[in-house]
Amino acid sequence: MQKSVLKNHAKEGAIWGFIVLELIFFGIAGEYMSMTETAFLAPDNMILLLKQSAPLGIIALGMTIVMINGNIDLSVGATFALCAIVMLDSMTWPILAPLGDWAIPFAWGLALLTGMLMGLINGLIVWKTGVDAFIVTLGAMLGFRGLVFMYNGEQPTFHLNWTMVDIAESAPLGIPLPILVFAVCIAVVWWIMNRTVHGRNAYAIGDNREAAVNAGIKVGPHMVWNYVLIGFLAALSSITFYSESGSVNPNDGMLYELWIITAVVLGGTKLTGGRGSIIATVGGILAIQLMRKGLGFIGADTAMVNLVIGSILIAVLYLDRQLNRKGEEELKI
Amino acid sequence: MADTTLKSVGGFLARQGILVAFAVFMIGFALANERFVDIDNILGVIRSSAILGVMALGVTFVVISGNLDLSVGSMMSFSTIVVLDLHDKIGPELAIPAMFGMTLALGALIGFLVGYLRLNSLIVTLGMLSAIHGLTLTYSGGKNMDIDDKQGTWFGFFGQDEVLGMPVPILIFVLLAAVLTMLLAKTPFGRKVYAVGGNGVAATFSGIPRARTVFFCYIISSFCVATAGLIQASRSLGSQNTVGQGLELEVLAAVILGGASLLGGSGTVIKTVIGVLILGFIQNGLLLIGLEFYFQYVVTWAIIILAVWLDIAVKRGHLWSPIA
Amino acid sequence: MSTEQIPALRLENIVKTFPGVRALDGVSFTVMPGEVHALMGENGAGKSTLMKVLGGIHQPNEGQIFIEEQPTVMNSPLDAKAKGVVFIHQELSLADELPVAENVYLGELPRKSFGRVDWSKLHADTDEILKRLNVGFGPKDLVGDLSIANKQMVEIARALTVDAKAVIFDEPTASLTDAEKSVLFEVIEDLKSRGVGIVYISHRMEEIFRISDRVSVLRDGQYRGTLETADTNEDEVTQLMIGRSLDLSRNVQHGELGAVALEVRNLSCGNLYQDISFQVREGEVVGFYGLVGAGRTEIAETLFGLRDPTAGTILLDGKETTIHSPIDAIGAGISLVPEDRKGQGLVLGMNCRDNMTLPQVDDMTAGPFVSDGAEVAIFDQYRDKLEIKTPGWKQLVGNLSGGNQQKIVIGKWLSMHPRVLIVDEPTRGIDVGSKSEIHKLIRELAGQGYAVIVISSEMPEVLHVSDRIIAMFHGRITRTFTSDEVTEDNLVQAISGITPEQGAA
Repeated sequence: MQKSVLKNHAKEGAIWGFIVLELIFFGIAGEYMSMTETAFLAPDNMILLLKQSAPLGIIALGMTIVMINGNIDLSVGATFALCAIVMLDSMTWPILAPLGDWAIPFAWGLALLTGMLMGLINGLIVWKTGVDAFIVTLGAMLGFRGLVFMYNGEQPTFHLNWTMVDIAESAPLGIPLPILVFAVCIAVVWWIMNRTVHGRNAYAIGDNREAAVNAGIKVGPHMVWNYVLIGFLAALSSITFYSESGSVNPNDGMLYELWIITAVVLGGTKLTGGRGSIIATVGGILAIQLMRKGLGFIGADTAMVNLVIGSILIAVLYLDRQLNRKGEEELKI
Repeated sequence: MADTTLKSVGGFLARQGILVAFAVFMIGFALANERFVDIDNILGVIRSSAILGVMALGVTFVVISGNLDLSVGSMMSFSTIVVLDLHDKIGPELAIPAMFGMTLALGALIGFLVGYLRLNSLIVTLGMLSAIHGLTLTYSGGKNMDIDDKQGTWFGFFGQDEVLGMPVPILIFVLLAAVLTMLLAKTPFGRKVYAVGGNGVAATFSGIPRARTVFFCYIISSFCVATAGLIQASRSLGSQNTVGQGLELEVLAAVILGGASLLGGSGTVIKTVIGVLILGFIQNGLLLIGLEFYFQYVVTWAIIILAVWLDIAVKRGHLWSPIA
Repeated sequence: MSTEQIPALRLENIVKTFPGVRALDGVSFTVMPGEVHALMGENGAGKSTLMKVLGGIHQPNEGQIFIEEQPTVMNSPLDAKAKGVVFIHQELSLADELPVAENVYLGELPRKSFGRVDWSKLHADTDEILKRLNVGFGPKDLVGDLSIANKQMVEIARALTVDAKAVIFDEPTASLTDAEKSVLFEVIEDLKSRGVGIVYISHRMEEIFRISDRVSVLRDGQYRGTLETADTNEDEVTQLMIGRSLDLSRNVQHGELGAVALEVRNLSCGNLYQDISFQVREGEVVGFYGLVGAGRTEIAETLFGLRDPTAGTILLDGKETTIHSPIDAIGAGISLVPEDRKGQGLVLGMNCRDNMTLPQVDDMTAGPFVSDGAEVAIFDQYRDKLEIKTPGWKQLVGNLSGGNQQKIVIGKWLSMHPRVLIVDEPTRGIDVGSKSEIHKLIRELAGQGYAVIVISSEMPEVLHVSDRIIAMFHGRITRTFTSDEVTEDNLVQAISGITPEQGAA
């Protein structure tokens, strides 16, 4: 009876096993192949890695929720860029500009509202029209990107506020702020999905939508909330990233959705919904980030990173399928 | 709202909806700017849509078979880079078949993974998107690729020349569309593609080789990608190694706009061509009335969702989804 | 049942029409508290429509539902549940990835502040219900790990979360073992003793007579009467169910038997079935009878190349043949009309002609292209031969009635001129009229020299069409009957594992 529980735990554990392997491999290989003096596993390097994981990781948490719910969101990269533009540009608005540094919280708030609004639009369309989420958010990916361009043409948008940069670069307790934001997001999202009625219903909807409908679960509003949530997280990710850099290109965030979906799938979330773990998604993001950093550290270029991650994704899919086979009795359809 | 009225009016719109939308846009743009209906302009639009269009033809097969192909963009970059590189090394006569061979091999790999191993096509092609991008970067050493002697080669034929007053990319697009229409609509293979996408289990129970059918859909897709890469390389005789980035989703948008269902089993080559042309003419029309290229993104967003929504609404007889 | 009791549930003159069909035609039906009321009827008799009306999925055109004599309108399944009418579905509607407790309280998770789930209350309440049901699993077990019987218990537990007036069991034993059935019946007894009215829908006579107090019968959407179970017998119920419109007498016409077309020797496939040996001759109809899960369909799938046997041989016309795919099977002359017509038999979004010619589309070519003329010719030929009613070949097959759909599938294979035709559940979900047509067709095919295997869960059907009947139990052949020696009794015994090996569970 506990077989599949064990199997699920094994699957969730697999990503951490993989991370440990990566650490060992790059730790040792780094000793011989690295160009630099520092060790790969040096604390500074690891903290930098975590910090760099945060922007994608925060969005990946949202993607996990949406995918558990049985949907998908291909528009997060565009939302990410749009929120950055709103944040940076709003600080120059006549209303906010005179506030000086007090404009920062308003700018952040506006960015978050923008993200939630984009999520709300997607969610409402998915709910009310019944069009497949893949198509809705594929359209939104183009549409939101169009909005990004409409805002400032093909020019980058920038606004440097040193106070904001200081906040973004601060490190309370010695931990960089993006990592703290990421950690808080992990905790909150985990809590939502595992402890609240909304989270549990989201699982039920993704698992067996008809049963959920019959049991009277309000499927539509749950889906909308999850899109609002991923929009919020995309905005938050945008804030942590662009508060520091202060400049956004209209093409920023392109293909983020693909990296994020890769991480979420590596973490074992089912594409069809109903199964997925927030913690395993964090594992997925870390595994990808380790691979990128690690290969870079031992002198491989980004080309190799792409090649390896693509292959790993397919290999994981294949292994997962083999694990779930029924053996020789299987119907060959 | 009277559902029956919705059904009859909507039924017509859904059957011909894409054509109606197309006509409305064309008339609107024509009224707004008479240059829009200029024959040179129209040819120009088709010509610039040809690369996207050729790729969409192949993806149509994949989508009808019930799968997705998100790797066509990075595969197109690969083809373009490879053929440009080989052009200077072994000459265009050998470079072209060599490039087709390599691209088809990638298609065969995806076809094997999705068709024979039955792995989820979204994830496989997502992985391949990344992997092929890596392959291209490795191959090119991260540099852009250029033909050394741009004047002294006939290689520009596929992208730049005209035959009988027709730009060659348009001829390739039309010819390929014609051949693939026949293949899909008239041959046993085409029938199998619809059967496999419509109900893969029933197709298996009818003795249709499901794996092989899906495999060949990816072969066709990669062939189209190679052709698109050829046109792209020939047009510019040089290229960045990210030239196809993001095209996979535009291609998919065109196919969906043409009315193919992501669930498989429906769609036609002609409808995809219409979807491609709509995207191309909207872009052009918006430019002509003085709007920047990115306005087409927003318009495309609206059109895709409206088109699919209308289609669903007619099938279920209600405008709004019944989900609570 | 005392007379002053008011009915737990009463349906009065329910009429439900769909375009072109009068699915329910004035059905009345009463369930008293503490009564098990069986509802019987052939497939298509209107049982499922009636249940959908009761569950608020359909609204009746006429008639009224009363709960404890209060006129009630059911707006949705949830509404029905809130009003005390609970369904235990045949197709389980559970979320496999979630634990038992969350499934039991699906949609009704107890809340604390900030939208939190009140886990301790959830687990305590679930535990209490599970104790009542006396099951061997706990609130935290994953539903996906449970056996089908236990999943059904989860469904029943769900019913117990509300103050149920009436509980409707829809074919609850379809996939249960005997031991599991006994547990289920105990649960039903328990509900009964608590004064809950039970509606029990089943095809299985022996169960009906074992647990029900009264039996009501539907036929062709009409109410045919209610019988006190104690005062009636199977014949009377059957008579009400099928009327005289369906001839299900024993098969007597034996055709000329030719050579052995198909022989199977010691065929096994893992745990699915073991050591299966039988022969089918030209002109012979062999019926496979057994409970769901006895391995009948799996044998058919093996013969059709959809499963690889783990042992044994298949001989066609005396020659050993290996079949690894449907293509091999078709090449060898074996055809399969599968049990799930819509899922396995047809591409519903395709037209009639394309469905019919699908397996031979490679051969119907003129040059590289499919020949329209050849296809239409085949379609016309088999449309006439099988009397398929369709406006034309362009009609989408999804728009046809069940009977005509089944004829398309049969036509698909007949046009391939097979040697052996396997028909799995030929009349499932098909109306009575079309049923007898398909039965006649099967006999005719045998008369034309086809070797035919019919797999069915309906005893009258097996008895009606077969020359010989092979009974299966738990993956093994228990006995082979000729149509002279078979009786309903010994057939039932054979498929229950009572003979020849006494006492198999």
